[in-house]
Parts: sequence; C-alpha cells; structure tokens
Amino acid sequence: MPRLIRRLEFFVVTFWAAVSINFLLPRMMPGDPVQEMMNRMKGQISPARRHSLEVMLGLNTQDPLWKQYLDYWGQVVRFDFGSSITYFPDTVTNVISIAIPWTLGLVGATTVIAFTVGSLLGATAAWRRGGVLDSVLPPVFIVVGALPFFWVGLLFLYVFGVVLGWAPIGFGYDVTTGEFDFSWTTISQILSHAILPATVILLTSVGGWILTMRNTMIGVLNEDYVKMARAKGLPAGRIMVQYASRNAILPNLTGFAMSLGFVISGALLVELVFTYPGVGYLLVQAVTGQDYPLMQALFLLITTTTLVSVLIADGVTYVLDPRTRGKD
Amino acid sequence: MASREMVPVVEPDLPEPSGPAARRNRGVLGSLATAVVRSPKALVGVVILGIFVVMAVGAPLIAPYDPHDTEFGRAEGPSGAHWLGTTTYGQDVLSQLVYGSRQSLLIALLVGGFATLVSALLGVAAAYVGDVADHVLSLVTDIFLVIPGLPLLIVISSYIRGGGLMVMVGVIVFTSWAYGARQFRAQALSLRHREFLEAARVRGERTSYTIVFEILPTMTGLLVANFLGAAVGGVLAVAGLQFIGLGDITSISWGSMMHWAENNEALQAGSPLWDLAPGLCIALLGASFALINYAFDEVSNPALRPPRRRRRGRAVA
Repeated sequence: MPRLIRRLEFFVVTFWAAVSINFLLPRMMPGDPVQEMMNRMKGQISPARRHSLEVMLGLNTQDPLWKQYLDYWGQVVRFDFGSSITYFPDTVTNVISIAIPWTLGLVGATTVIAFTVGSLLGATAAWRRGGVLDSVLPPVFIVVGALPFFWVGLLFLYVFGVVLGWAPIGFGYDVTTGEFDFSWTTISQILSHAILPATVILLTSVGGWILTMRNTMIGVLNEDYVKMARAKGLPAGRIMVQYASRNAILPNLTGFAMSLGFVISGALLVELVFTYPGVGYLLVQAVTGQDYPLMQALFLLITTTTLVSVLIADGVTYVLDPRTRGKD
Repeated sequence: MASREMVPVVEPDLPEPSGPAARRNRGVLGSLATAVVRSPKALVGVVILGIFVVMAVGAPLIAPYDPHDTEFGRAEGPSGAHWLGTTTYGQDVLSQLVYGSRQSLLIALLVGGFATLVSALLGVAAAYVGDVADHVLSLVTDIFLVIPGLPLLIVISSYIRGGGLMVMVGVIVFTSWAYGARQFRAQALSLRHREFLEAARVRGERTSYTIVFEILPTMTGLLVANFLGAAVGGVLAVAGLQFIGLGDITSISWGSMMHWAENNEALQAGSPLWDLAPGLCIALLGASFALINYAFDEVSNPALRPPRRRRRGRAVA
C-alpha cells in the first residue's frame, strides 16, 4: 500500500508542475504573441470572458504573482479555461469535450491493441530464440520505431487514400451527409475513417512493445524458477505463459503507462495528417490560431491522461506482483 | 519521440566477449568498430549515415540547382530536369532535399550532444551526491519523464514563435533529458561504492571533478547509446515541430519542406514527392542511428546477441 500512496503523491506533484508550467509560460515569455491575440479579440467578448482569459494568460493585471497564481488555480479547479479563440464563442471546455471521444476511441483502442499484440509477439520471439520471429521482428521494428509517425501517415494517406482510393482521406466521418446518429451507416463510416489512422498508430507503436517484451523475456527465461519449471517437466505453454510471461510483463506494464506520453505525442501528428477531429488535431489548430487558452487546457488534459494511466498501471502491477504488496 | 523509449539499456559492465579479437578492441570506438564489422545491421546504418554526411558536406556540388530558386515550373511531377519534381513555388525538390540534410544532421549532433550532457550530469550527480539532492533530482526527472514531451515542446515553441535553430535545440533538450538521466542514475548507483570512487573521496577531490573525470569515463557505452537515442529523438522532434509550422520554418530543411508541402496539399496536387521524399530522408536518418545503436547494444550486452548455431562435433567455448 505505501507504494500506491507514494505514487498518488507523485501524481499530485506532477499535476501541480503541469499547471505551474501552464501558468508560468505566458508570463515568462516575451508577452507579444499573447497580447497580440488579445488585441485581435477586442470588442468581441464580454467583460467576464475577457477577465477569465486575462487570468489564464496573466494580462492587464497589477496583482502580485502569488495572487495571480491563486486565481489561476481557482479557474483550473472549476474547469474554466476561458473561451476558445479559434472556435469563438465556444468555451474551451466545450470544444475539448467534443474532441475527446474521437481520440479516446482511436488512440485508446489502438494503444491497447498494440500493447497486447506486441507483448504476445515479443514473448513468442524470446521463447523461440533464434527462430523466424526472433530474427525478423527486432531489426524490422527498430527501423519502424525510428520512423516519424506522421510520415507513415502521409505515405498511407497517399497510397491507400489518393492513389488506390480504398479509404477516405480525412475527417472522422462523412461530413457531407451531415447525418450523425447510432445507425449502422454512421458506425461503418466512423470505422472506415478510422481504419487508416489506426493502422498507422498500430504499426508504428507495436514495435516498442515487441522489443521491450522480448528483451525482458530473454532475461526472465534465464531465471532459476524457469529452469525449475522445465526440470519439473511442466508443459511448455504453461511455462511460457504463467512462469515467464507473467513476470516479464511487469516492467513492460510500467513502461506501457510511461510511454503513453510518447504514443499520444505521435498520435497527435497522425490525427493532423488525417484531419481526424480529435485532441491532437485540436492542439495543432490551437497552435496555428494562437489559441493559447485552448492550448493550455489541452496540455493539461494530455498530461493528466498520462498520469491517470500511470496510476492505473501501478494499480494493475500491485495486483499482479505480490512483491509490490510487501512492506517496502 | 517514440524511438527514445525503444533504446535498450546498455550495460557496459557485462563481460566483453573473450578471444583475441575482442581483447584488442576495448574502448568505445573499438566496440563501435566491432559492432560495425560483426553486424550487417550496423553496417547498413553506417552506410546510410555516411551517405547523408556526404550529402550535407557536398551539398553545393551535389544539388542540381540553388534550393532558393523559384524560376522553375510550378508543381511539376518528376522529370529528367527535376528528378523529384518541383514545388508549388517553383523550386527544385531534389536540391532542397540535399541542402535540407545539413540542418537535420546539425540538429542530430547538437541535440544528441547537449541532451546527453545534461542527462549524464544530472543523472550521475543525483546518484553520486545522494540524499536530498538525489530525491529532488529524481523527482524532477520523473516529472519530466511523465509529462508528454511533444505537447510540452509544442506549447513552449508556440509561445516563443519563430526563434532560430539554437532555440529549437534548447527547447528539445529541455523536454527530453529525463529518460537518459534516469539511465545514468541507475548506472552510477551501481558504481557508488567502487574502490576508485572511495579513493577519490579519500583524496578529497571535488564532487564536480569526480563526476566528470572519474565516473563519466567509465560510462562510455551508455554515453554513446544515449547520444544516438537523443539524436534520433531530436531529428524527429524538429521535423514534427516544423511539420506543424513551429520553430524555424523559413530555413531549407526536411521538416519545413513537409510543412509547405502539406499547406499546398502536395499529395493531392500532383507533387507527392515534395511531401514524401523529405519524410523518407528523416526516416532513413532515424533508422540509421537506431540500427547502429542496436548493433552496439548487442556487442556490449551479450545476452541480447543472436544465439550462435552450434556446430556438431565441436565443443562450445
């Protein structure tokens, strides 16, 4: 239990750090871009909206820094990030809540699939040391892992979307029909629009899981308890799954949560390539439109998501690994 | 980005392979050379990297035109005069590609170097000094490790707007040192009670001296691995930033080529190579670093080496 409590503390500290980064950045940087943005907004927004933007970005205030900081936290806690500039007059919270399901569906699903498939392949590769899987997969995925996600996206978009015309080349569903309900046509449209970006994220992220799982598994297979299991004459499948894989997957699980940040980063750009209406596309829109309030909120959202995943992974490790339950 | 996570941890403490060939080849450059000779993977990596270096150094000789020239046809497909076609602005894609290699290689070098320096110093200092310093540094490292790098990079860059190459390098180093620092710390912790460090302590050496001249030289393997990993990360990060339109997009570089190509919908507009070729170069450069790193890792960590097939009738050494 103390371990979980320590992680919870870490969660709080990191969340505090992320909010503080958001608070400090616009105040530290030469203020021109932010002021510029506010000038463009003049006369378009109500005084209340204007005030909440000023608190977010630290403009037109004589308050001492600590007071600004407290006000800032006040707004963060109330999820009040002001109005979006790009999607004016919508509030930032509104704009983001529309984008979240798209990313959660696309990135969430593909990440879980990549982790499962990757760990299985990695374990099999290590089990059959020197076999076909073991000699082909690592070098292939080391190269694939170094590829820019967004370039693989462009390539797929060009080959399957533009040249072959097999899949739609953008958006999350067919925007021209305008119909949006839970009918079969809508669902099939969503799936057909997701297939290319999903494949790209899957292909570029699965390699990491294969390699780490393979390398840990190789280490675990040399452990005495695996030798013991072999000596007892246990069936191979049981040794592989219940003895070796179960132990090899633990560090991988922590890595899974940690690298979620990397995966999300890559997925952001894939969304941009496919103009997929998720969080990543929104972030890029915010950057292009100098929509600082939206940007701040998205950064906080992405960081919090990663943190929550780390916590979940810790919880699962706690259940799977008795050693973490001891008095450490 | 993703590739950083994949760089396997090097453990230089493991016994080197025995035999006369291995004994002659101690040292980093030695084991790098061994890696290249032994492994076709590393050879491929070195060859690709070599081609890019030649391209960057000899750019004026190799590029058929001035990359800034806008006097050619607009958005033409590949032809004899323009092997990779032209851009919507009437520039020669191949010439831009050749000149673009300069910035990417420079960034690989700078980010690799500075990020490794920061990671190594902070990681080793945390482990060697210990106590409160270790707690604080480790906490900061963990925080930076969890905060997603690219979004942070994007947020910082969008406040800075523009800014030259060094600003970009600085921001990337700031957002990417944590992963390496953790590896260095782990490695340094294992050395903490070795005799040569006790000796340095007894001699009363300054902490900074001990870290730089006593501890770091024993970690050459990790330094190289970290440099290669950070270099790939840097190239990908800059490309990603420029692709979005942040950082330095007026210079001739692979990332800014892709940015302008995307802005002009090059894929649909008949000059797909404007968009795809620079991406391929980034991919190849990243792959070459990754391949070299992998081979190097196999040399210094024998457990990962592909098992040799046993020959019949011979004792296995």
